[in-house]
Amino acid sequence: MAEVIGDFSELMGTVTNGLTLTFSASSIPLKQRWRNNGLSADFLADYVTTFFPKDEADPASLARQQDIRSAVAYIANELLENAMKYSEESLAVPTTIQLLLVPDAILFSEVNRTSGERGEAFLGFVRALAASDPSEMYLRQLERAGEDGGSGLGLLTMLNDYGAKLAWRFDTLPDGSSQITTQVRLDI
Amino acid sequence: MQTLIQGDQHSVEWDAATKTVALKGILRLNGLQEYAPIATLLSEAVPEGAMVLDLRELEFLNSSGIAMLSKFVIEIRNRKTVDLCVVGSKAVAWQGKSLVNLCKLMPSLRMEII
Repeated sequence: MAEVIGDFSELMGTVTNGLTLTFSASSIPLKQRWRNNGLSADFLADYVTTFFPKDEADPASLARQQDIRSAVAYIANELLENAMKYSEESLAVPTTIQLLLVPDAILFSEVNRTSGERGEAFLGFVRALAASDPSEMYLRQLERAGEDGGSGLGLLTMLNDYGAKLAWRFDTLPDGSSQITTQVRLDI
Repeated sequence: MQTLIQGDQHSVEWDAATKTVALKGILRLNGLQEYAPIATLLSEAVPEGAMVLDLRELEFLNSSGIAMLSKFVIEIRNRKTVDLCVVGSKAVAWQGKSLVNLCKLMPSLRMEII
């Protein structure tokens, strides 16, 4: 059983360049694995800059490259942090993040596996997000930041501050676990 | 400037003369729990009067860090004893996008993006 929320893309045919990173749970302590989120996000961001070269004679090209680099680093880091926080490690299924360059956009697609219960709770949040005014919900979550760590703030900043488009696919698997595909589209 | 916190990729500095707290480097800590030492420092730095939060050299802040700053701004707003000025940099892309939200939380906040 699958539920799709948002404008979910099946864009594989139009991908011109891309990278896929795969992470498995391991015995390395979380604090050390956490560092990998930043390293991986920076790697993806640096990779993307190749496709948006800067022209020394054109300051706008430099600003654009910095802007895209910063957005990719932020979005990738938030997706990886979320997957690390909420994936069910006992399921022993790797998390993957793909960065795809498609015409006029950078697309992130992350797949992670979690328990049916966590998947259901997140689906509830995503349904509320899809039905709300994201700027109002963002402010509400910022106000609540002190109470619960501002849950969903990463996704809300992508929507509000970076103008990204978000979509999800929730699959309930035969063992009752939940596979969540999160797509973030950054128009360029 | 006096360094109060020195992490692997970040530091927190304090200038008593100008009542300035400066966050520098890359902040990607895991949740509000790991941000607690910085949050406490910000909260206790200036009990009343003018305070400057200098973010110009803060290259990266994750959403938990945004939550920490939001919590701090809300606390200052409710306390009503501190005149807070946040200084950011145009050269750091995330600041132009995300810092403006702090003004929505506290309309009397002074924001300077230099």
